[in-house]
Formats: sequence, C-alpha cells, structure tokens
Amino acid sequence: MLMYSVRRLLILPPVMLAAAIFVFLAVDLTGDPLAEMRMATPPVPDETIAAEEERLYLDRSMPERFVLWTTGIGGRGDIGLLQGEFGPSTRGTAFDIGTQINDRTWITMRLVIAALSLAIGLAILFGVISALRQYSVMDYTLTFIAFVALAMPTFWIGLLIQQAGVTMNDFFGQTLVYTVGATSADTRGMTAWQAFLDAGAHLVLPTIALMLTGFAQLSRYQRASMLEVLNSDYVRLARAKGLPNRVVVRRHALRTALIPVTTLSMLLIAGAIDGVVLIEVVYQWRGLGTFFVESVRNNDTYAVMGWLMLSGFVVIIANLIADLLYGVLDPRIRYD
Amino acid sequence: MTDSRPPRQHVDPVATAPPDGDEDPSRDAEAITTRQRSQLQLVALRFVRHRAAMVSLFVFVLIVAFAFIGPHLWEWDHTVSRDIPSSQPPSWEHPFGTTSAGNDVFAQVMRGTQKSLQVAFTVGALTVIIGALWGTIAGYYRGKVDAVMMRIVDVLLIIPLLVLVVAIAGSARGGTTWWAVALIIGLFGWTTAARVVRGVVLSLREQEFVEASKAMGASDARIIFTHLLPNAAGPIIVAGTLAIALAILAEAGLSFLGFGIQPPDTSLGLLVERARTAARTRPWLFYPPGFMIVLIALTINFIGDGLRDALDPRQTTMRR
Repeated sequence: MLMYSVRRLLILPPVMLAAAIFVFLAVDLTGDPLAEMRMATPPVPDETIAAEEERLYLDRSMPERFVLWTTGIGGRGDIGLLQGEFGPSTRGTAFDIGTQINDRTWITMRLVIAALSLAIGLAILFGVISALRQYSVMDYTLTFIAFVALAMPTFWIGLLIQQAGVTMNDFFGQTLVYTVGATSADTRGMTAWQAFLDAGAHLVLPTIALMLTGFAQLSRYQRASMLEVLNSDYVRLARAKGLPNRVVVRRHALRTALIPVTTLSMLLIAGAIDGVVLIEVVYQWRGLGTFFVESVRNNDTYAVMGWLMLSGFVVIIANLIADLLYGVLDPRIRYD
Repeated sequence: MTDSRPPRQHVDPVATAPPDGDEDPSRDAEAITTRQRSQLQLVALRFVRHRAAMVSLFVFVLIVAFAFIGPHLWEWDHTVSRDIPSSQPPSWEHPFGTTSAGNDVFAQVMRGTQKSLQVAFTVGALTVIIGALWGTIAGYYRGKVDAVMMRIVDVLLIIPLLVLVVAIAGSARGGTTWWAVALIIGLFGWTTAARVVRGVVLSLREQEFVEASKAMGASDARIIFTHLLPNAAGPIIVAGTLAIALAILAEAGLSFLGFGIQPPDTSLGLLVERARTAARTRPWLFYPPGFMIVLIALTINFIGDGLRDALDPRQTTMRR
C-alpha cells in the first residue's frame, strides 16, 4: 500500500507536465490573443501592437513560450506556473490573474463543497432506500427523478430553480432565498452571524442546482451497488443467522456497498467543475466560473490556460484520492 | 428481421442437419417447439420489449422529423419577418408565440433542434469512429502501443469536457457554424468510448476464434475489422448513443455561454440564453427550447438503455 502510494505520487509530475503540454497546445495553437486588436477599426498603430506582443511574450517562439509559461525562466517575473505566476493578462497590466483567482477561490469552493457533500449524502441515503424498497413507488419515483435530472442541461436546472425561488419569494412576500449573487451587495455593518446567514441564503439555490446531476448519477450507482450486495451469499448468511434486519443492512451490506460509491464520488468533481461554470453564470456569482468565462471572452490566454491547469490539478488529486481510498476501504484489493 | 428463406421444396430430413442458424428450423424435427432466431432478431426482440425505449424511439423519430422535415412545411423560418407581429403569446398562427423582434418561436425551436441534432449526430459519429478504432487498436496490440494510447486518453480526461470545449471554441473564435462546434466537441468527447471498447477488446482478443484466425494467417487489419469490431458492436453502439446525449447537453451549454452557434443562426441553448430575462414576462420564449433539450436527451438516454439491455442481456437494468 505504501509502495503503491509512493508510485502514484511519483507519476503526478509527469502527468501534470503532459496536461500542461496538452492545455498549451489546445489554447495557444487555436487562437491569437491580439486578434481583435489587429482587426480593430480604426487600425491600431503597429507600435502599440508590437508593444502588446512583447508584453504578452507573443514575440517569442511557441516552444520558448511554453517553457516560459511553465517555469518562468527568462521572463520578467510575471510568468511561470512553477513560481506561482500565471502570466500577463490581455486585460492590461493592472489586472493580475493570480490575485483574481485568489480572491474568487473561496466563493466557488464553498459552492462546490456544499453541492458535492449534499449530492453524496443524499445519493447514499436515497440509493439505499431505493435498493431496500426495490420496485416500490418510492424506487420508481427516484429512478424517474434521476433520469430527468440526467437529461437536463445544468444551466436549465439552474434557471428553473431560480424561477422557482423567485415565485416562492413572491408568494411569501419576502426574500427567503436570494436568486442572484454570492452575497448581498452591501455587507458592511453586518455582524459575522448576519454575514453567514446572508451567504447561506445566497447559497441555497445554486447548491441545489449544482448538486442534482451528481446526485442523479451517484444515487443510481449506490442503488445498483446496494442491490448487488443484498443479493450476495454473505448477506443471506447473516440473515440466516437470525440477525435483525437493521444490523444486516447497516453492518453487513451498507459498508460493502459504499466502497464503489466512494470512488465514483471523487470522479464527480470533474462534472462539478463543468457545472459550476454554468451555475455561476446563471446566478451571476463573481467566482472562478465567471472568471473563466470572462477570460475566454477577452481572449486572455494565460488566464484560460492557468484556469484549465488548476481544474486539471483538482481532478488529478481527486483521482489520486479515489485510488488510494479504494485500497484502504477494500481489503480485497492488493496493489503489490 | 430478414425472412428470405427459400420456398419449401423437397427436404430430406436425415441428410440436412442444420449447421448454423441460417437454416430453416422446421427441417429439424427437434427444433419444432422453439423457433430459431438469429442474433439480430433476438436483439430486435429484446429492444421491442423494452417499453420505455420503444416509446422514446417513437418520440425521437417525431423530433427528428420535426427538425428536418418541419422547416420545409412550416410557413415561417427562424429569421425576423415583417409579417410577424411582435411579442405575441401562443396562438394558432404562432404556436409558441413570437419574439419582440418578430421571429416565430415555433420556427426558431425547429431550427434550433435541427442544429442541435446535427451537432449531436456528428459528435456521435466521430465518437464511434475515433473511440472504436482507438480502443480496438490499443486493446489488440497491448504493450507499449496500449500504454501510450491510453495515457493520451488519461490526459484528455483530466480537463473537464465542457470547460475544455469552451476554452477552445472561445480561443478559436470559430464556433460560428454547427460543424465547427461538432468538430470541437467530437475531438474531445470520444475518450470514454475508447476506454470501454478497449476493455471489451482485451477480453475478445484472448478468445479462440481470434487465435484461430491468427493461426490461419489473418492480418492484423483483418482481425480488427472482421473479428474484433463486429463483436464489440454492442458497447460501441451504446457508447455512440451516450455520446449523442452528451453532445446535446454540451452544445446547449456552449451556446448558452455564447461560444457555440452564433446568430443569425440559432440553437436550443442560444434560444434559452436569449429568453432568460423573459422567463416570467414571456414564458413562451423560455420554456419550449429548454423542454426540447430535455426531451431529446431523455429519449436518447432511454433508447441507449434499451439498446444496452438488448445487446447485452447480462447487464440488464430491466426486470425480467
């Protein structure tokens, strides 16, 4: 197990390097950050374009630029992922990509964490209920909800829930949940508790919207996994021994049935990254998701590439945790 | 499915022991009670018995007709027309109402569905072709080829699909036409299919019939195209169906963010995005395109489910 963990950790750097090459090729090759400036009417003077090219390191060759972007060697100190610098932005010198990402991380993180924990918790609960009451009305209802949720684009779920929130607020005549923004516009003069409640009220709807897709996938999976275990011989033996139903379910069946789900729930993170971009746009949050969309709109290649690398890093770490958890949880798996 | 048996002639019951399933079952005295069915017939039968899949197939065919035949029959097209009154609620003239600029929303949804389906089918085809070949070659050759090919898949899978597609479509500033959108989604959407196919091929290549054809001197290409790919057809078809559903959602998300199909052309995601602010005041602009996306994705998912159950009876999700 230790050897396996070390081996898994050792392949991290090459995987990150491969991801960096891929991201760089995909973004740098496909577009020119200054395309709009070159096409502008009235034409921008050549000197301005040349100065911008130099500032954005576009005067260097592509391999040079890749080395610059990853290591920062030979740059002006504003570039180099390994040094914690994302690179110059097309949005001017005052716009620092690193600061922006830093400021927005917590806003996005709390949404993703809330949605994922809710999705995993509810999926396990309802997956188990579905399996225990197979082919009951409850089971069919949950299956139906899962199917519909899987067929809905994330932004459509977000918009529908937003509409439902507006209708609910209208009905009660007061703002119970906020439908726009991550916090109120003016949080001055709020106590810590009030600020917490305010953030919570803004968090409710986006969390539900972001959680649904993951919940749908995971609850199906949990149901199948639980059914398989319930039909296995050792559970039958436990019942034959005369153990009460709740002991069989909790102690014998559920523990085993949770193992594959743990892995899958780590893999949900990639889906949550896709989802959070759409949900933040729908709910007008100023988090990492909208930052990404704005960066793409502004052809801010270093911001886009940095963002992709960050999300890639999160996915890789999640995969690593999933693999290691699997080994810890399932004693049948031997790595060496 | 095919019933091209030769007309019953003189039959010698002793001399003709049926060597395979193509023979008339009634010739064999012992097979009278159960009709012999070909593999394809069995699959078709299992699919037809899957009620949700059959209903979905029917609805899906209707949607395809609506998108591709509809525009030729319907009076208006998706563009602005002077003869269309502004911001009208649904009526017989305009079943989904009209926009403030003077578009017929019914025609817009028709056009949007068409574009979304074109993107989805292209992505499905790309997924099947690239994914199947990639997975088969990796699984068949194993060793270094497999390692390199699957590491490439691993790297592609690291970056979440929608984010990647948005970055590239935005960077290329080329997502104006449906095929550019389809190409971008298709070029990165085949990875899961390749993994599935590789898994199937890994077990197929160890089977006796592959060994036999190798012993008879068959070339690698022949083994791949006549033995491995047809036997992996089930998972490949299912992967293609899933890719279509994924593409519908990805295209909608891409267009919603403004990096997909651009005006004056339209797509379902774009229609939803433009009607966002009108959800309460003019709901007829907002709900039809959204429901259409859900309907397409839902029916394709059910069809995929039915196909999986029909093609691989061991993995049934259906009550037997």
